Amino acid sequence: MDGAFILAHVPDYLSGAWVTLRFGLYGVACSLALGLLCCLVRSFRVPVLRQIAGGYIELARNTPLLVQLFFLYAGLPRVGIKFSAEACAVIGLTFLGGAYMAEAFRSGLESVDKSQTEAGACIGLTRAQNIRYVVFPQALATAVPALFANVIFLIKETSVFSVLAMMDLMNVADTLRTSGGHTVEVLFMLAAAYLMILLPVSLLATLAERRLRYAGFGDRHSV
Amino acid sequence: MGEAILRVRDIHKSFDGTGVLRGVSMEIREGEVVVIVGPSGCGKSTLLRCINGLETIDRGEIFLRGEKISGRRKDLHLVRQRIGMVFQSYDLFPHMKVMDNLLLGPTKALGRPRAEVEKEALEMLERVGLREKACALPRTLSGGQKQRVALVRAMLMRPEILLLDEITAALDPEMVSEVLNVVIDLARGGMTMAIVTHEMRFAEAVADRVLFLEEGVVLEEGTPEEFFHAPKTERARHFLQSFTYASKRDKVEIQPKNNAGD
Ligand SMILES: Nc1ncnc2c1ncn2[C@@H]1O[C@H](COP(=O)(O)OP(=O)(O)OP(=O)(O)O)[C@@H](O)[C@H]1O
Ligand SMILES: [Mg+2]
Repeated sequence: MDGAFILAHVPDYLSGAWVTLRFGLYGVACSLALGLLCCLVRSFRVPVLRQIAGGYIELARNTPLLVQLFFLYAGLPRVGIKFSAEACAVIGLTFLGGAYMAEAFRSGLESVDKSQTEAGACIGLTRAQNIRYVVFPQALATAVPALFANVIFLIKETSVFSVLAMMDLMNVADTLRTSGGHTVEVLFMLAAAYLMILLPVSLLATLAERRLRYAGFGDRHSV
Repeated sequence: MGEAILRVRDIHKSFDGTGVLRGVSMEIREGEVVVIVGPSGCGKSTLLRCINGLETIDRGEIFLRGEKISGRRKDLHLVRQRIGMVFQSYDLFPHMKVMDNLLLGPTKALGRPRAEVEKEALEMLERVGLREKACALPRTLSGGQKQRVALVRAMLMRPEILLLDEITAALDPEMVSEVLNVVIDLARGGMTMAIVTHEMRFAEAVADRVLFLEEGVVLEEGTPEEFFHAPKTERARHFLQSFTYASKRDKVEIQPKNNAGD
């Protein structure tokens, strides 16, 4: 392996990593918001919006991100709607991620026993208070592993951004590889860069899960 | 005893076409303790759940201090603030400490100041022997302790009536009395209650009146003396018999006196 080549191109990878991380996190944040919104719309059984959310979730989960991005970047301008590459990246990732996050939140909500809602109702909480103070905190604890899995999945999916000509990690590596050989070094650095971004996230996920277990609602039954 | 706090008039409820409550009427007056007994599946839980709107009723009416509370309404939470309910399964909020379990209703639903409720909560915990558990998480408590916390949680809402549905059914036998003594204490303090229980001795001790429910109707109603010692119906006699064991020396523990004929 050519150490000098690797050292020489660390700055390229750093700037690629910054693009990957930045737009990945924008997408993750928006996905969480959209996912939560969809999940609430469905669990509050808001008419119409609830059906829209259901349709959206199926659409987003059953089409590839690449296709969604092409649609945004190449399709929409044909009908006069044009977004920058960066906007397309965030919108696309949010479109995909929102659906997965919604499902993660939903599995959390469904894990909370009906008796908890009834106990909340019995002390006179309104439905919104019940969800906010009783159901949601417990649902969130259950959903944490799935939410983190989604974060990792979404950051990996950012590798598709190179089709938008954004200089993310994937595109940096691709450009280097096609311009001057050194394929092994290029791919080695690419894998290492993704690892350096995602390992801390995985670690955080493990810590959060452990903390929640110890925080005491491991035992859901007969509390 | 004072005015009627709760009036249930001819309520009907069916699940999937099967009639579970088939015309139940009852009245509970201020400070009165009514115990509802009956065989498994006769509709006791359903009756209590209908009263605070956890189940909708198909027919009939329910009044709380003369105000109709049954039927569709948007402010059901306001009605439930006035009716306490405790279940067999405690249902404490597992992610909150005992004190937070207690404060949630009074502060969020009633909007009372936190400090004031906290003081009251500590006093009530003291009364049920759990003051030192204020900062504990529910999962660290025994069943009997959880159920006492659940009772305090319900009482801190200062309900006009308390509904208890087999609150000791999930407990180990040695924990039953620590919970039931709290209930007796509440009854002495004048709390109006409707209690479903399978603990016949407790029922006899706490009740002002006993309702015997069978197949969704009130088959018999009377004072505990009447019901436990001179049940009027064959069904009730049979039901009470099921709590006794024939000793091998032919002596039984809770034998209803057989003077029902007169
Ligand atoms: N949500 C429900 N859906 C369908 N059937 C129900 C439902 N809740 C209760 N039932 C049925 O209604 C009948 C009465 O139930 P209920 O729980 O009121 O009885 P119970 O008198 O409290 O019995 P137990 O002493 O065993 O608690 C039972 O046959 C039960 O299966
Ligand atoms: Mg029952």
